[in-house]
Amino acid sequence: MHKNNLKEEIIRISGASPNKCMKCGKCSATCPSFNEMEIAPHMFVDMVIKGRVEQLVMSDATNHCLSCFACVERCPRGVEPAHIIEAIRVIKLRQSGAPQITPAQIASVIDTEIPQQALVSAFRKFRK
Amino acid sequence: MIYSYYPGCTLKTQAKELDIYARRSLDVLGIKMEELADWQCCGGVYPIAKDEIATKLSSVRTLNQARELGRPLITLCSACHHVLTRVNNDMRTDKNTRDKVNTYSKFDTPYEGETDVIHFLQLLRDVVGFDNLKAKVVNPLKGRKVGAYYGCLLLRPSAELAFDDPENPTIIEDFIKAIGATPVIYSHRNECCGGYIAVTDKGQASRNVDKIIDSAKNKGCDELVTACPLCMYNVAANAGEGKEITIKYFTELLAEALGVK
Ligand code: SF4
Ligand code: SF4
Repeated sequence: MHKNNLKEEIIRISGASPNKCMKCGKCSATCPSFNEMEIAPHMFVDMVIKGRVEQLVMSDATNHCLSCFACVERCPRGVEPAHIIEAIRVIKLRQSGAPQITPAQIASVIDTEIPQQALVSAFRKFRK
Repeated sequence: MIYSYYPGCTLKTQAKELDIYARRSLDVLGIKMEELADWQCCGGVYPIAKDEIATKLSSVRTLNQARELGRPLITLCSACHHVLTRVNNDMRTDKNTRDKVNTYSKFDTPYEGETDVIHFLQLLRDVVGFDNLKAKVVNPLKGRKVGAYYGCLLLRPSAELAFDDPENPTIIEDFIKAIGATPVIYSHRNECCGGYIAVTDKGQASRNVDKIIDSAKNKGCDELVTACPLCMYNVAANAGEGKEITIKYFTELLAEALGVK
């Protein structure tokens, strides 16, 4: 997909408003996955504004977002960074056509205590 | 008034206690709740992408069933509550989703978000009332220092969930007081346990959970309560060595206080 189309696609699917960002960094400061993500939430927003979207699609930072909505709740400008991250995750999965984790892989990593809720959530998050 | 009840997939399996103690307690409190006859799994996570429609259908079927019965819908699991509330909100406010879902579903009457989705804790607060609950307690949990672990799904985004103040919630603390225990406020009570990341990266879940447990223990919590089977799992199974803390479903403490455990 051409870079400009990709940016438009991210904005369309996410419904987020990256241009409202005032670069306060609150989303990254509050993110429980900040140390796990090579690209932090505020950088996702900034890179979408600047059109550096191919780099975002290449990164595995999307796989570490928990959809905990802390950044959505606490952003003073209503940008919704988690929705941008999810849009990129979804685009990656749709483009690759392959799930991030297969049922066989899931069967090999889970223990007997794991709640069904985690499994359905993983199937919803890691394949499209 | 009879309430409809949506248990969801996990309350029939790994989180049976959350369900059983809620049912027993409601009998004591004189509230009648009937499980929906034919519910489907909510999907566990709310489909965030605006163009996802199919993943919302199972929730809409549930919501439509509750509408047909003309009863409010009670939820217990935080994730079910989150997903059903937000899909319901989409059906109310997002014309694109509403039109597509209804075109596909062909209900007798198009569904437009009419069902009231109420979490069990809201039922205790707003219908039973914490004062009335307190009056029914036969076994007050005196001296127990309990931390409310809200996690994320009940509270956020507050514009849609409208459950409680997202940064300074009080509903579970008020519940803990009503059953005679002492609520302990700690900083990480509304931070994420790691959620579904436990499936792909247990280490990350562990690091999240340890911060939450440290924060709870530093403030003197002896035990935590939750409404979420995934929070329960991450705290119970993924805490680092030496970090372990007792965590129970809030309904278990409720049943204990009401003498029906
Ligand atoms: S939703 Fe994702 S990006 Fe936002 S605070 Fe939570 S983990 Fe971080
Ligand atoms: S919190 Fe909102 S305004 Fe601040 S940097 Fe993040 S997206 Fe931008």
